[in-house]
Amino acid sequence: MFRYIMTRVLAVIPTLIGAATLVFILMRLIPGDICVVRLGSGGGSFSEHSVQMCHAELGIDRPMIVQFAEFIWGLFTLNLGNSMWSGKPVVLEIAARLPISLEIALLAAIVAIVIAIPLGTISALKQNTWLDLVVRTFAIAGIATPSFWLGILSIIMVLDVTQAITGTPWMPPIDYVPLWKDPIRNLSMTLLPAITVGYRYAAVSMRMTRSTMLEVMREDYIRTARAKGLLAKIIINRHALKNALLPVVTLLGIEFAFLIGGLVVTEQVFNLNGIGRLFVLAVQNQDYTLTQALVMLVVAIFVLTNLVVDLLYAWLDPRIRFA
Amino acid sequence: MLAPTVRRSVCATLLGAAFAIGAALHGNAEETPKRGGILTYMIPADAPPSFDAHRENTYAVVHMIAPFYSVLIRLNPSNPSDTTHFFCDLCTEMPTPTDDGKIYAFKIRQGVTFQDGSPLTAADVAATWHAIIFPPQGVSSARETWYTMVDKVEAQDATTVVFKLKFATSVFLPALADPYAMIYEKRILDKDPHWYEKNVMGSGPFWFTSYDLGQSIKGTRNPNYYHKGQPYLDGFVGILSPKQAVRVDAIRADRAQMEFRGLPPAAVDQLKQQLGDKITVQTSDWNCGNLITPNTRRKPFDDVRVRRALLLAIDQWHGAPALSKIADVKTVGGIVFPGSPLAATKAELEKLAGFWPDIEKSRAEARRLLKEAGAEGLSFEMLNRNVDQPYLYVGTWIIDEWSKIGVHATQKIVPTGPWYEAMRDGDFGVVVEANCNGVVNPVMDTQKYLPRAAFTENYGGYEDQTEIDIYNKMLHETDFARQRALMRQYETYVIDTKAYGWPMLWWNRIVPAWAYVKGWKISPSHYVNQDLANVWLDK
Repeated sequence: MFRYIMTRVLAVIPTLIGAATLVFILMRLIPGDICVVRLGSGGGSFSEHSVQMCHAELGIDRPMIVQFAEFIWGLFTLNLGNSMWSGKPVVLEIAARLPISLEIALLAAIVAIVIAIPLGTISALKQNTWLDLVVRTFAIAGIATPSFWLGILSIIMVLDVTQAITGTPWMPPIDYVPLWKDPIRNLSMTLLPAITVGYRYAAVSMRMTRSTMLEVMREDYIRTARAKGLLAKIIINRHALKNALLPVVTLLGIEFAFLIGGLVVTEQVFNLNGIGRLFVLAVQNQDYTLTQALVMLVVAIFVLTNLVVDLLYAWLDPRIRFA
Repeated sequence: MLAPTVRRSVCATLLGAAFAIGAALHGNAEETPKRGGILTYMIPADAPPSFDAHRENTYAVVHMIAPFYSVLIRLNPSNPSDTTHFFCDLCTEMPTPTDDGKIYAFKIRQGVTFQDGSPLTAADVAATWHAIIFPPQGVSSARETWYTMVDKVEAQDATTVVFKLKFATSVFLPALADPYAMIYEKRILDKDPHWYEKNVMGSGPFWFTSYDLGQSIKGTRNPNYYHKGQPYLDGFVGILSPKQAVRVDAIRADRAQMEFRGLPPAAVDQLKQQLGDKITVQTSDWNCGNLITPNTRRKPFDDVRVRRALLLAIDQWHGAPALSKIADVKTVGGIVFPGSPLAATKAELEKLAGFWPDIEKSRAEARRLLKEAGAEGLSFEMLNRNVDQPYLYVGTWIIDEWSKIGVHATQKIVPTGPWYEAMRDGDFGVVVEANCNGVVNPVMDTQKYLPRAAFTENYGGYEDQTEIDIYNKMLHETDFARQRALMRQYETYVIDTKAYGWPMLWWNRIVPAWAYVKGWKISPSHYVNQDLANVWLDK
């Protein structure tokens, strides 16, 4: 088991270096200049001298190789530098946004798990019945509906319904308060986005749970278990579901990692000051240091999630553990 | 003896007038500001790069921190639409210039303190302006080029700041009323000129309370504010939100009472429909307009006939009313803000290419010019910025106008970064850009049309000493009538003679707010009148 973990951990290093090199090069291939964007952001005019001063201030007038070496060294020493846009430490910029993205991702994951696994299992067990049909329709609708569109729709619906009932339209708060400071305000802000994102997340996982359950239920060992006269509950919970969950766990892991930095439009729709919005802003502003740090963060989250998934695999399937 | 009908009319008029006066007095009595409450407003932008208003160009900085700072002079906060009169904020009275208009001595209020309790003196005002006009090595000042006429700024004593100009000019006072010119503390500037990039500490109507990175800013009433009785609010919260739909929804649900930049007509109509008389709307011509710039270094735009033809094809007079229903543009104007005394009258404008009242005649001339230049059936790509309001609306409309003279144009829409890059590299045929300014200062605002040798942010690629000479004469002219005549000459040269830049419709600023928000008055710029000192809540 130790060897298995170490192999997985060591595989992380080349992945991170590859991602770092790629993001460094790609960012510099995008046309534009952070200084010009910053100085021209008000629509006013600015001098060439101001642009040059800005380049010098940000250090982007130095040779590319020097900038790259500094970036890689920063990664090794865990010093990600300052945002070129705000001048604030990148760590601070990310730390301010990570809690909300993490909270939405966690809540969405909970919504997804709570919906997907029971419904997916029921759908498989009641294959081709009206119940299966309803669940499958619900799942297809979730996959086909973009979460940001559902978000917009849900806000409008909340506004219209509350106006119709109370005469005064209501919508969730638009400025984030941490859960420990004001749980009610926090949840009233995060629940709607979590549900809209979680629905799509659940739909994908539901389809996967159904497919794998159907597959597992046709395995020989399930037939054997039935022949032994085991209770259906035990067959499903102990023998079928545990095995069927292997690909579902992978999917949940990948989706969770995606949610941390991928809720770009949903965060804008709900005015959530999260990592996705910061990502867009960093790329728009051509803030190299911040974009690089964010990409590395997302890569790290993906790698870490994959590692956790691999470890869960080992727990769920002893064949992997003892191979 | 008056005839009975006339007598009746006079009586009715007098009675009407009496009612109007009575109603006005009654209205005024009702409009006594109430104290208290927190104003929440939306800031339609992402977080600005820094809090240093001297360094930044984005309005987001002003919308976030103007309430924390004082300025030397400003437009009248009760009537900021009047763009020609300036009032004291920190000074005690507007000075009469001496030495043939070259020396301005401002007396500074006493008893003003910064948030940290230290007194504000003339030394702070002088140090601030020194930093803006003559920034030290390593410090950038976004608007230093506005003050090329200033020779020296110094604190004569603890209560007097003196500006010495190299030459007398009418552009000085409007430039001095720049809302970005927030007064900083000398002690801090001397210690670290970059301190204000990450910190807020002013002497304005509100004290800085907190900033949630990238999300919101909060302020509370400054109990020592020098304009007695103000501010009326207990505090404010400004929420950053670049997404228009969120801002509209937030206003609808009263999560925020308003936003100050302005919303497009459709969004405002939607709010009015949903909230009825709970919403009030203020509108103003905006000191911003789209400007279409042909690249004179690229064929066929190096030919003045082609440039004139493309300008002549556009029917602004008929386009304006239709476009104003869907986009935040409205008024037809030349290169000067339409509300300014230096702006062209309609009759003057109608003599210029692109503004002829008879569009058929104009388009016939356009076709003739294209034929003469050998550019019939011209086809090209127009660069545009991926900003809906109003760039894309204006761009799409212009392309349709050109199609009426057989010109086939397509749009290349790019994000802000690549848009700037293409303009600066001259990598475009025709580009939709904008000329957006703060306090109306026509001579300064029309610099955008100067050749690159005189103004680095002109992307037309032409050099023209004649144009620079006319401009310089206008800049140094202090007699209004003569300056106005020079402005006409400059405008005619730029638009009609050379067709270097094609000014399109001026933007229309539409600001909706909950009706219980009182005191704030719209101005022609979203940079102006943002200190919130006179805002109050009738709740």
